[in-house]
Amino acid sequence: MEQQELIPHLFRSEYQKIVSVLCRLFGIAHMEIAEDIVSDTFLAATETWSTKGIPENPTAWLYTVAKNKTKNYLKRDNLFQQKLSPEIQYHAAKTEEFELDLSVKNIGDSQLAMIFTVCNPKISTESQVALALNLLCGFGIQEIADAYLTNKEVVYKRLQRAKEKLKEVNVRIEQPGFAEISERMETVLTTLYLLFSEGYYSTTQNVTLRRDFCAEAMRLAYLLTDQERTNLPEVNALLSLMCFHVSRFDARANQDGETILYHDQDESLWNQELIDQGKYYLGLSANGNLLTKYHLEAGIAYWHTHKEDTQEKWLQILQLYNNLLIIEYSPIVALNRTFALGKVYGKAAAIVEAEKLKLTGNLFYYSLLGNLYTNIDNAVALQHYRQALLLANSNADKATITRHIQHLTA
Amino acid sequence: MNDFLLIFRRDFTNKDAQPSPEELQNSIKAWQNWFGGIAAQNKLARPLQRWDIAGKVVKADKHVINGPFVEIKESIGGLIIVKAENYEEAVEIAQSCPILELGGTVEVRMASDPEG
Repeated sequence: MEQQELIPHLFRSEYQKIVSVLCRLFGIAHMEIAEDIVSDTFLAATETWSTKGIPENPTAWLYTVAKNKTKNYLKRDNLFQQKLSPEIQYHAAKTEEFELDLSVKNIGDSQLAMIFTVCNPKISTESQVALALNLLCGFGIQEIADAYLTNKEVVYKRLQRAKEKLKEVNVRIEQPGFAEISERMETVLTTLYLLFSEGYYSTTQNVTLRRDFCAEAMRLAYLLTDQERTNLPEVNALLSLMCFHVSRFDARANQDGETILYHDQDESLWNQELIDQGKYYLGLSANGNLLTKYHLEAGIAYWHTHKEDTQEKWLQILQLYNNLLIIEYSPIVALNRTFALGKVYGKAAAIVEAEKLKLTGNLFYYSLLGNLYTNIDNAVALQHYRQALLLANSNADKATITRHIQHLTA
Repeated sequence: MNDFLLIFRRDFTNKDAQPSPEELQNSIKAWQNWFGGIAAQNKLARPLQRWDIAGKVVKADKHVINGPFVEIKESIGGLIIVKAENYEEAVEIAQSCPILELGGTVEVRMASDPEG
């Protein structure tokens, strides 16, 4: 990899690792110090590497510098030392012996502890996602702003508020016990799911960034499956869902970044390795009796990896959508369910069900009706597509709807 | 929006009135689609709850009998609570209930305020 590519990647992945270890060591109240030490380390790396070239083992170089900077910080700032826990004070007092533990195990433990610290139900979901992007994934303010199509100041303020809140509610960062795991797992999974969706459905044109968001969400999910205590069926279900979705990443857009709908996708671009992984985790998710929305969504995504339109496929998808709606209503699931119903029982039956939904502010409601009325009553279909076009905001949506209109008026 | 109780009743005892295994199989899909259709309109007021089929009945003399209940012509097959604007809308939901295909009935009752 070239230096321009290597450094941001390395910094991102090492940032969250060192920050997690330091935050766990210092406590969340001193997270700025942790962040400062890591930023200083990267600054030193940028300066040194630009003149002397990248060292053979850049990660080890970063760890050595981070360790020294931590040691120096503790030596220099006696006041800070006094605020730390007696245990760290004891070690830090003998600064010559103090060694920041950046072993694979301690990094893994610290990251897990950080996931459960950030995903605190007392913090708003939006803040949790922002914190996860920054602290758990190492994305910078600019990158987060790009993904959310907003400016740096907005993201900066949001992060500051979230960090204040985190300090307010958290006293200690520690390995989650079984009680915390069962109490917080739902929040953790929601945050990882949103993080993933942010990448998968983001309207930003930056494809690399979107992939990175998805990859980070998956990395955190892998981290959970890696530890016995958190390797739960619902975690496997979420990971399975992510694998199936990402397997279609390359097939979802053409070279101009326009969306390619499922029906028109070139299945040779689907990533078979990820599909197999998805199946593997789906199998593991079936342990126990728990059936979460992640199980159902993974099941739906699984059936979508069968390109061929069979009666069996759509019957299964319809029942999974039915159950998903019974657990939790969402307009988009209601629309997808109706589409699946049309595949099983025909368009006429689906029109009756679709018109009951009355989602008149939703462009996909009109796209669905446009689709269902096509070849049944093309004039009505056209009306619906035109209504959808009025509601469309993104260029990708507009392009897709316009294609349907052209097809009907040709 | 008001809450409406929909109670499905059917004769579970009379042999002649029982659906064939194939009818029952199709009926499972019909139930799932019916529940899914209500949920798709965001009109499910409470999570679904399954109920044991057998059950027990306490009679006037406090004597307890086990189900199925020959004395009761139509037993409760299940119940759900839906959201609807008025009786007209609630009845419309009930009219597509699969219990009707199996010769059963649906009782529709609106939730009322303690004061009202």
